[in-house]
Amino acid sequence: MYKVTVYVTYKDSVLDPQGEAVKGAVHRMGYDSVENIRIGKYFEIQVSKDEDDIEQVIEEICDKLLANVVMETYRYDIQEVEI
Amino acid sequence: MKFAVIVFPGSNCDLDMYAAVKDILGVDAEYVQHYEKSLQGFDAVLLPGGFSYGDYLRTGAIARFSNIMAEVIRFAQEGKPVFGTCNGFQILTEVGLLPGALRRNDSLKFISKQQKLKVANTHTSFTTAYEPGEIITLPIAHGEGNYYCDKETLQQLKDNDQIVFTYTNDNPNGSVENIAGIINKQGNVLGMMPHPERAVEALLGSEDGLKLFQSMYKNYQKELCK
Repeated sequence: MYKVTVYVTYKDSVLDPQGEAVKGAVHRMGYDSVENIRIGKYFEIQVSKDEDDIEQVIEEICDKLLANVVMETYRYDIQEVEI
Repeated sequence: MKFAVIVFPGSNCDLDMYAAVKDILGVDAEYVQHYEKSLQGFDAVLLPGGFSYGDYLRTGAIARFSNIMAEVIRFAQEGKPVFGTCNGFQILTEVGLLPGALRRNDSLKFISKQQKLKVANTHTSFTTAYEPGEIITLPIAHGEGNYYCDKETLQQLKDNDQIVFTYTNDNPNGSVENIAGIINKQGNVLGMMPHPERAVEALLGSEDGLKLFQSMYKNYQKELCK
């Protein structure tokens, strides 16, 4: 079994209004050293070991569905795990 | 002429869209469910507002994989008219029929109000009934209407005259260059955040949206006579 984690965030060049709102709250909590906060999405995907090209499958799923690559970017991590 | 009003799980402006063309414009229309696989017999497609597939993941993202969207893409690629408003606009960007993407409003608030717009391009088959530069009032109701595209795309939109509607001095959602609606390069796919279908009779507070559907109808008739 493969355990895949995918992280999707807005590209650095795209304003993240939710992140900005949370940053404002963090500043009001008194943590002025916090310079930036970005909010993203996190996915856990389990894929059968039978899959030959796991990277390609994950990238296709990310490009077509999990991320809108016009404004978002993604990264992923693939681990082989025992069931 | 016959309009298809596409219905997704979570569409909630489909009845308004249907009523606008069927009852007010007086042209034949029919609902087409998301699981259908054909648009045979239809001359124009309308993608209504709402929350397709619950807006899970991203607005419009999941609708892309419904049966009917493959057919809508084919229909659009044949040069036939496709119009999407609000969630319909979001879906059109997600499927790649229109450039750019829709982000959360910069205020993070859901905005529902009457909005003044400028008709920036009257040379499209959706806007010929408007006067150049005409200021119109249409309702908006959205949480993710903040249009985004990169600089290159924006330049292309300007060079090809693809910006069709802009917000006047008060941009409600933070969209790039006050963009409220754009058309594809070929000129047959229009997407916009405001709701023309909710402004088709005086009782609704504005009739300014009716000209959009009248334009579609008249230009379809004109094409037939060619």
